[in-house]
Amino acid sequence: MDALVAQLQMQYRNYTVSLYQQGFLDDQFTELKKLQDDASPDFVAEVLSLFFEDCVKLIGNMARALDQTGTVDFSQVGASVHQLKGSSSSVGAKRVKGLCVTFKEYCEANNYEGCVRCLQQVDIEYKALQTKLQDMFNLEKQIIQAGGKVPQVDIN
Amino acid sequence: MAVGEVMRMEIPSGGDMSVTSPELHVLAVDDSIVDRKVIERLLRISACKVTTVESGARALQYLGLDGDKGASGLKDLKVNLIVTDYSMPGLTGYDLLKKIKESSVFREIPVVIMSSENILPRIEQCLREGAEDFLLKPVKLADVKRIKELIMRNEAEDCKTLSHSNKRKLAEYIDDASSPSPSPSPSPSSSTHDDSSAKDFPSSKQMKSADEKFSSLL
Repeated sequence: MDALVAQLQMQYRNYTVSLYQQGFLDDQFTELKKLQDDASPDFVAEVLSLFFEDCVKLIGNMARALDQTGTVDFSQVGASVHQLKGSSSSVGAKRVKGLCVTFKEYCEANNYEGCVRCLQQVDIEYKALQTKLQDMFNLEKQIIQAGGKVPQVDIN
Repeated sequence: MAVGEVMRMEIPSGGDMSVTSPELHVLAVDDSIVDRKVIERLLRISACKVTTVESGARALQYLGLDGDKGASGLKDLKVNLIVTDYSMPGLTGYDLLKKIKESSVFREIPVVIMSSENILPRIEQCLREGAEDFLLKPVKLADVKRIKELIMRNEAEDCKTLSHSNKRKLAEYIDDASSPSPSPSPSPSSSTHDDSSAKDFPSSKQMKSADEKFSSLL
């Protein structure tokens, strides 16, 4: 049993570190983990779940705003991008946030093609993060089910 | 405040009126559901009571500042600190700050502004309007701890000041009681301080004005 736990814990550590190294997550995600404890064991998962719902909603807004036959209201697109930038920043979704910065610049420049490209990328990126985090949460569950504790992962 | 009320103030024989870890009640205002969840947790984990609302308008409603008589009952839930996002649709955090500072009842409540944008003129504008502090998003635990300490320190200092001056002036009053002294006619105190409850948390400025009223007894 202990060997399995140790193995899972090592897998978990490596996987988590890779998410940071590949730029999926930044230290705000670490901050969120600090807020999780035995009283609120699912806090991080809950916040991320809200974030992904937000992504769906905001990307929908952006797509609708860009899909206007006629003049596109770039400030409307920009408003949704600003909101997504904010929430991605608050959860440590580094790649999504980075894309929002670029996206915002295209909005301000009224660059239609740039905006459409960013929209596609942001959609791919939040879904990629969602999958990665799901794998990470699954590893946590497996560790607990094997009778172990989820280790604190030191990124630095 | 009448002279008699001075005698009723609780002055423990041991020391000052220090209150051990009362819970701050914080009103957090943010249009982002993600940010509301995070700030709520940050505050709860820092031993604060938290109420979150999604807009400046809702915040005013909660405080009973929106002119709706029906909301007045909620004023019993005393708010010790307001933390608000700057960029919100409708009333911005700055608009909310102004409205709070314009209110005679709520202007003493410290207001902290949060923003994802580090725009110096914006920060200056908020501080000029009376904001206690400005937090750059994403907000971290260390930020909340710092704000809480700041607020608690302000409150404790004002409690101590009042306590020391109470004892001093009470002693002088007792001395003066034997000799004729001009009868004071102080104006009625606007302080909402509940002197029977050690748990209540009078705002710093209200305590100061009560202190001024005592000095009129000299």
